[in-house]
Amino acid sequence: MKLNRRHFIGTSAAAAASLSAPMVLADGHGKPRVVVVGGGAGGATAARYIAKDSKGAIDVTLIEPTRMYYTCFFSNLYLGGFKDIEDIGHSYGSLAAGGVNVVHDWAVGVDRDAKTVSLAGGGSVPYDKLILSPGIDFVDGAVEGWDLSAQNAMPHAYKAGSQSELLKAQLMAMPEGGTFAMVAPPNPYRCPPGPYERVSMVAHFLKANNPTAKIIVADPKPKFSKMSLFQEGWANHYEGMIDWIGEDFGGGNVSVDPNAMTVTIDGEETKVDVCNVIPAMKAGRIAEIAGVTDGNWAPVNAADMSTKADAEIYVLGDASQQGDMPKSGFSANSQAKVCANAVRGALTGSKVFPARFSNTCWSLIDTNDGVKVGASYEATDEKIAKVEGFISKTGESADLRKATYEESEGWYAGITADMFG
Amino acid sequence: MTVRFTSLLTFLAAALVAGVSSATEVGDAVNGAKVFQQCKACHQVGEGAKDRVGPQLNGVFGRRAGVIEGFRYSKSMDRMGNDGLTWTAQTLDAYIENPKALVSKTRMNFKGIKDAADRDDLLVYLRQFSDDPANFPEAEPTATATDHDIDPAILALQGDPEYGEYLAGDCSTCHQRDGEDAGIPSITNWPAEDFVVAMHAYKRKLRPHPVMQMMAGRLSDEEIAALAAYFEALE
Repeated sequence: MKLNRRHFIGTSAAAAASLSAPMVLADGHGKPRVVVVGGGAGGATAARYIAKDSKGAIDVTLIEPTRMYYTCFFSNLYLGGFKDIEDIGHSYGSLAAGGVNVVHDWAVGVDRDAKTVSLAGGGSVPYDKLILSPGIDFVDGAVEGWDLSAQNAMPHAYKAGSQSELLKAQLMAMPEGGTFAMVAPPNPYRCPPGPYERVSMVAHFLKANNPTAKIIVADPKPKFSKMSLFQEGWANHYEGMIDWIGEDFGGGNVSVDPNAMTVTIDGEETKVDVCNVIPAMKAGRIAEIAGVTDGNWAPVNAADMSTKADAEIYVLGDASQQGDMPKSGFSANSQAKVCANAVRGALTGSKVFPARFSNTCWSLIDTNDGVKVGASYEATDEKIAKVEGFISKTGESADLRKATYEESEGWYAGITADMFG
Repeated sequence: MTVRFTSLLTFLAAALVAGVSSATEVGDAVNGAKVFQQCKACHQVGEGAKDRVGPQLNGVFGRRAGVIEGFRYSKSMDRMGNDGLTWTAQTLDAYIENPKALVSKTRMNFKGIKDAADRDDLLVYLRQFSDDPANFPEAEPTATATDHDIDPAILALQGDPEYGEYLAGDCSTCHQRDGEDAGIPSITNWPAEDFVVAMHAYKRKLRPHPVMQMMAGRLSDEEIAALAAYFEALE
């Protein structure tokens, strides 16, 4: 039995693609145009796949302000000393060589009637399909006493690059026996295990360089991703160093004073040496500017990642509100490939296959002690729905944990090659 | 009594306890010793057995794959052992039938034994050199000897490479297309049949890796064929 187009005609994605007469969108201006805003795991992947698979039939423009992209994934390993900052930096040269028109500028406006994106540097770029993959921004006033103007005194380091370097410099400069505080974010947020991998990496660094130092985590949540795995690892590797204060003990009742360098948790003020504030998050601002958000995030259709608000605008990754997938680079990359297939189909009439998604998140707890969690997902009418999942177990052998860490390094090489070519 | 493994191991346990050396109806250790002739160039078993080209096989039942101290296994076998592959009647049977279906880049350069009865006999023979079968939990009722055979109709499916290319998006997040294999194995340029057999081994959970069991678990026979067609042709 050979697969052919008939197999997919019954699915909603395929039906939608064949109904939206392909070439109409390209009328009057030659090749159909896709504009992608944001060059991370979602945007870079979508741009690359559309350019690669359409073989020049679609004009793809990627708008990304930075010339060097630092991946959030593995930025904790940089804090822990397992990676150099250069290891997690990627330029856009190979995407450009692969046929993507890369524009280094900020997208500051979207005119949905004229179908154009305006740039901070002036001018605008027309689109037939617009893909927004802007990542996250922070909710104003989420942590009392903190706003973006305090990000040098109390870094978030939740967008990788200079913030990561700043937090690392502060960690290295901590006085002997000092205190590192983290204010953890409420759900939903980018990279669910991220704050706890970061705590592990900070502890790893301190254990070797400043073993009497302490770590306090104020957390508004009663539980967190891979909790039993992290807690087991903290007890095994960093006994007595980490004080996690969850919702039950007032971890959500927190304020900070960036000038005095104090953190107040449930009424108790503590002087700290480093304070990593990870505030509540929302979709990157351009999604809100485009008018495709509802509340903090942009609701999307699971079949192709098009927004509920505008069928010509798609939102990928952290900024999207799609259902069951965690906000991760892996998820964004997975969603991007589904979106790229659907967008290409709509613009050129190429085959559109049913949506399918997957995610795996690896975390490093200590040297050669890696764990992972993951799941597969499908598109339903309502949302992206989880199908099946797995998670590392407590008490696994050292060999398996080492193999899991090595696997995460293989994955890093794989996904960055998949994003940038 | 049937000659499948469910009852075979139970019978074997009884046979050993009773001091009976060959099990006529359920698998024949005498014939198994003959079948073992083709293994002997590389493997030793029995008193004084030593590692040669392949590891010695005393106590292989119930042993984690890739754990003999000092023996140099392939990277694939190390991975499988770390992932949790343990030698049971079921996994040994699958491995002996087609080594590369279970462990892709095993150093065991052997085409496999296609005859299920010969494999049964060989395992009965080897079983004598492991601990009392009654101590082993693998004689569960599902451990049939032949259920991993891939239906020739599945192997004959012609996959659609275009669909395979789309599906391969799920693979290339981790597996690098340039063939780099540090941490995660390379899957490009596999012969289609090896690819299909390996994916079905994950689907049936004979291969242990949880990510791959999940990824393969949701692929239909046609989708596996499509991926195999795509990866085989990939430059």
